[in-house]
Amino acid sequence: MSEVPTDLRYTSSHEWVRLEEDGTVTIGITDHAQDALGDLVFIELPEVGADMAQGDACCVVESVKAASDIYMPITGEVLDTNQALVDEPEIINNSAYDDGWIFKVQPDDVDDIEQLMDASSYEAELEDE
Amino acid sequence: MLIFEHSASGRKTKIQSTSGNDLPTDIPAELLRKDKPGLPEVSEMQTVRHYTSLSQKNFSIDTHFYPLGSCTMKHNPRACNTLAMLPGFLARHPLAPEQKSQGFMACMYELQEMLCDVTGMAGFSLTPMAGAQGEFAGVAMIRAYHDSNGDTERKEILVPNAAHGTNPATATMCGYTVKEIPTLADGDVDLAALKEAVGPQTAGLMLTNPSTLGVFERKIEEIAKTVHEAGGLLYYDGANLNAILGKIRPGDMGFDVIHSNLHKTFSTPHGGGGPGSGAIGVAERLKPFMPLPVVAKEGDQYRWLTEKDCPQSIGRMSAFMGNAGVLLRAYIYMRLLGREGMQRVSEFSTLNANYMMAQLKARGFQAAIPDRYASHEFIITLKKQAKELNVSAMDFAKRLLDLGYHAPTTYFPLLVPECLLIEPTESESKEEIDGFIEAMVQIQQEAETDAEMLHNAPYTMPVNRLDEVRAAKQLDLAWSSDK
Amino acid sequence: MPFIPHTEDEINEMLSVIGIDNIENLFDEIPVHLKIQGLEKVPPGLNEMSINRIMQQRATEDASPLCFLGAGAYDHHIPAAVWQITTRGEYYTSYTPYQAEASQGTLQLTYEFQSMMTALTDMDVSNASLYDGATALAEAVLMAVRSNRKSKSRKILMPRSVNPVYKDVATTIVKHQNIELIDIEFDVATSKTSMDALNAFNGEDITAVVIAQPNFFGTLEDVDAITNWAHENNTIVIAVVNPLTLALLKPPGQWGEQGADIAVGDGQPLGAPLSSGGPYYGFMCCKQAYVRQMPGRIVGRTVDQQGREGFVLTLQAREQHIRRSKATSNICTNQGLVVTASTIHMSLLGPEGLKQTALSCHKNTQKLVEKLTAIDGVEIVFEQPRFHEAVIKLNRSASEVLDKLANGNNILGGLDLTALYPEMENCILVCATELRIDEDIEIYASALAEAMK
Repeated sequence: MSEVPTDLRYTSSHEWVRLEEDGTVTIGITDHAQDALGDLVFIELPEVGADMAQGDACCVVESVKAASDIYMPITGEVLDTNQALVDEPEIINNSAYDDGWIFKVQPDDVDDIEQLMDASSYEAELEDE
Repeated sequence: MLIFEHSASGRKTKIQSTSGNDLPTDIPAELLRKDKPGLPEVSEMQTVRHYTSLSQKNFSIDTHFYPLGSCTMKHNPRACNTLAMLPGFLARHPLAPEQKSQGFMACMYELQEMLCDVTGMAGFSLTPMAGAQGEFAGVAMIRAYHDSNGDTERKEILVPNAAHGTNPATATMCGYTVKEIPTLADGDVDLAALKEAVGPQTAGLMLTNPSTLGVFERKIEEIAKTVHEAGGLLYYDGANLNAILGKIRPGDMGFDVIHSNLHKTFSTPHGGGGPGSGAIGVAERLKPFMPLPVVAKEGDQYRWLTEKDCPQSIGRMSAFMGNAGVLLRAYIYMRLLGREGMQRVSEFSTLNANYMMAQLKARGFQAAIPDRYASHEFIITLKKQAKELNVSAMDFAKRLLDLGYHAPTTYFPLLVPECLLIEPTESESKEEIDGFIEAMVQIQQEAETDAEMLHNAPYTMPVNRLDEVRAAKQLDLAWSSDK
Repeated sequence: MPFIPHTEDEINEMLSVIGIDNIENLFDEIPVHLKIQGLEKVPPGLNEMSINRIMQQRATEDASPLCFLGAGAYDHHIPAAVWQITTRGEYYTSYTPYQAEASQGTLQLTYEFQSMMTALTDMDVSNASLYDGATALAEAVLMAVRSNRKSKSRKILMPRSVNPVYKDVATTIVKHQNIELIDIEFDVATSKTSMDALNAFNGEDITAVVIAQPNFFGTLEDVDAITNWAHENNTIVIAVVNPLTLALLKPPGQWGEQGADIAVGDGQPLGAPLSSGGPYYGFMCCKQAYVRQMPGRIVGRTVDQQGREGFVLTLQAREQHIRRSKATSNICTNQGLVVTASTIHMSLLGPEGLKQTALSCHKNTQKLVEKLTAIDGVEIVFEQPRFHEAVIKLNRSASEVLDKLANGNNILGGLDLTALYPEMENCILVCATELRIDEDIEIYASALAEAMK
């Protein structure tokens, strides 16, 4: 069973979202997602400064046998990306929720995060898969 | 060892004609190359020996049973190659005038006619150079047809979720969005879902029949009617034409456009990954849009149809007329088979597949669609083995190599977990098929007693399992002397 | 039965295992009214002896004329070893190397091919081939649009001196994706792409520019200047080159300050016979930065579990079987067997053999031009540095003269350019490869002199 921290929010496309104290959010892919993809070999990060709407495909992660789009969980502007992943995308395999964060966003409306799933709803979805 | 590692600087090899070392006086120095390109410098014998020994590291139809599902790895008769490589054919320049091309054009015209006959279509263009290009031509014609009717709101191509990955990729290249239609457990398209999905936005449906699940789509007429009534057209992916050759024709099933993989059904060589041919057939209403050139016959003379004759054509798809040498091989094969031979192809490829499926079922293997006849191919799912024994379809595939059989297609279609898609073709004997079945039984026994051993198979190949993660991360795509 | 090994006994045994009486039962699911009763246009089958006779006769009928026609397909000598090895069953009858362990021959050969192409073009990476030169250009256009993140315009500058059929093919393939191919005129005196025409786009958002070296008229373009112009304008450079020239002419990786970004072309001159236009192969090389935008198969070198060198298909996440509607291209099967021939061909020639062949082509063409233009009523159109093609102009109907040469002398005298370039009336594109030795040139010159009388 994969790890699903309770302090995060989730999407059905397996992104996690963490609300930081300064009102920004940090985004990555879940432990379940990294496990399903297998050893990651490449990541294409979003462009810093880009404004994106919820549901936009904003970056891509690739393993040997699969490629998966990452969808914007929340509307906002991309503030920062995790450059360490460019050379070592496997960081996501090893630490999906911490060192493996992918990008940070300034949401247009921070309350949007409330519409995302909490840990127990996400776990329930995983059960159904 | 790479060919480059046999190289020695200054070894002059196969120089065709010597012009001396004088550089051309009319070409300015800044347009000339200063360094020597890093090609190998090897003798003819070193080259022959190197590439002969490399060839011996390949499985091929000529050396092994190769039941690669969806690829139709049948015997490639030698006459097809020998005759297509007659000097007169090899020497013909693609832009040679028609009066110096009648022999070649006669073959192409007759090939078009025979393909129309076996598929039930009204016209054929031979120019697409592989299945994927044929698909592109087909979908582009669908678009041209709608556009010519001023019907520009059709933005969507429907594709069953069992479809080959080229179908959605092609639809995108033609500027369409793709909507997937689910498949029922018995292998047929979910007709209710299709009826929901069609509408004024539907440009067409791309379908393989028999499907990639290895069964005949029984409701094909109703599917055709549903799509046509919504104003869409029907595209036939000819990947599985071998299963129905001489029995039933896509044109009669209601398809408007089809591509035929000549390297599958009509036995042109697979060549380690091409050249293929994706000749494309159309119903009457799509004829004006065919890609060019096409051969026409007037009296006893053959001539090329060009943009002047077909102003609505979707255009050209290759610099000349596609993979002509491949087309000649298909032509020769079709003449050798003849009309009665066509039917035998579907009969015996289907007999082989069903016999194999019956035998494997009897030995405890699980067929993906157990209660229906297979077409020319069928699927075994190793879901149970994966779950209970921790042995995957990949493990079975790799172990088969040790036992002297090329593996079936693995993990396609994506719908069936842990699957092997098995296509024996008509040219394999019962004896060969029985050997494969025994090999599967042996691997099943090994899975039960020594699963770990299977995880590291194969053992007898020039290499065992390769590090694909390393290949993708530490990209090494070309040799250079400093590596 | 041709190509079917089953005996009557075996058939019966197989049917009884399936549990049916006859083969026709297997087709029970097909609606009866859809089944056909037989074929009409497919003639009855022939034995090998009979088809032999037909094909021999048809192959001879086309008479193998003496060829001074090029325009994208060139008559070169191919060493005997090339197709003898290539048609070995292990290459001829294998398929895409899905099972790497059982396909190391094809995979290693493809890696060697990629290495040779990067060496020739002086680019970083090569793919395993595309269909032909024209479709390679189309794919390069699509790739440039994906790769040039600074450009939003999807505008591609396409000089009219690029093979016009290549442009037609590119148009067919890219037109559904909102990409605009913009004609760039050539200088009527030199046939070179006009810098003035390019400068008109200074400061505009242009995604890519295409440069052919040599261009369709055989003339050598000022590749350094155009490449530098493009990079100053954040425009990607797509080079279209004849690979045979690359031991002699400056390769695309060395053009201008930074080199071309993508190099494509047709591999036919390196080991594929004329063969009515195919199978040839398209090649594509690019800078490392763009490798993930490349279409088609790519082979990489890696190691197995025991640390032994081995080869696999890599970067497959770009491809249609994984990415489906988001793939870089729909291509899967490419031109593997022709690549096999070409790799052997390049090994046999080596860098020196390739250069000598290119030099011979050039020398023979210069001689051809000299002999033909010595005839009354024949003149050279572009007196410029060239490779192995040139444009001559006649003072009368070019098509009539070409017909006379073909029918009367069994000579293909070149390509009448009128249909492709309406402004070039009575102009003929001629070509001499290393095969067109002095004797052949004399035959052509005297036949042309006769035809011009």
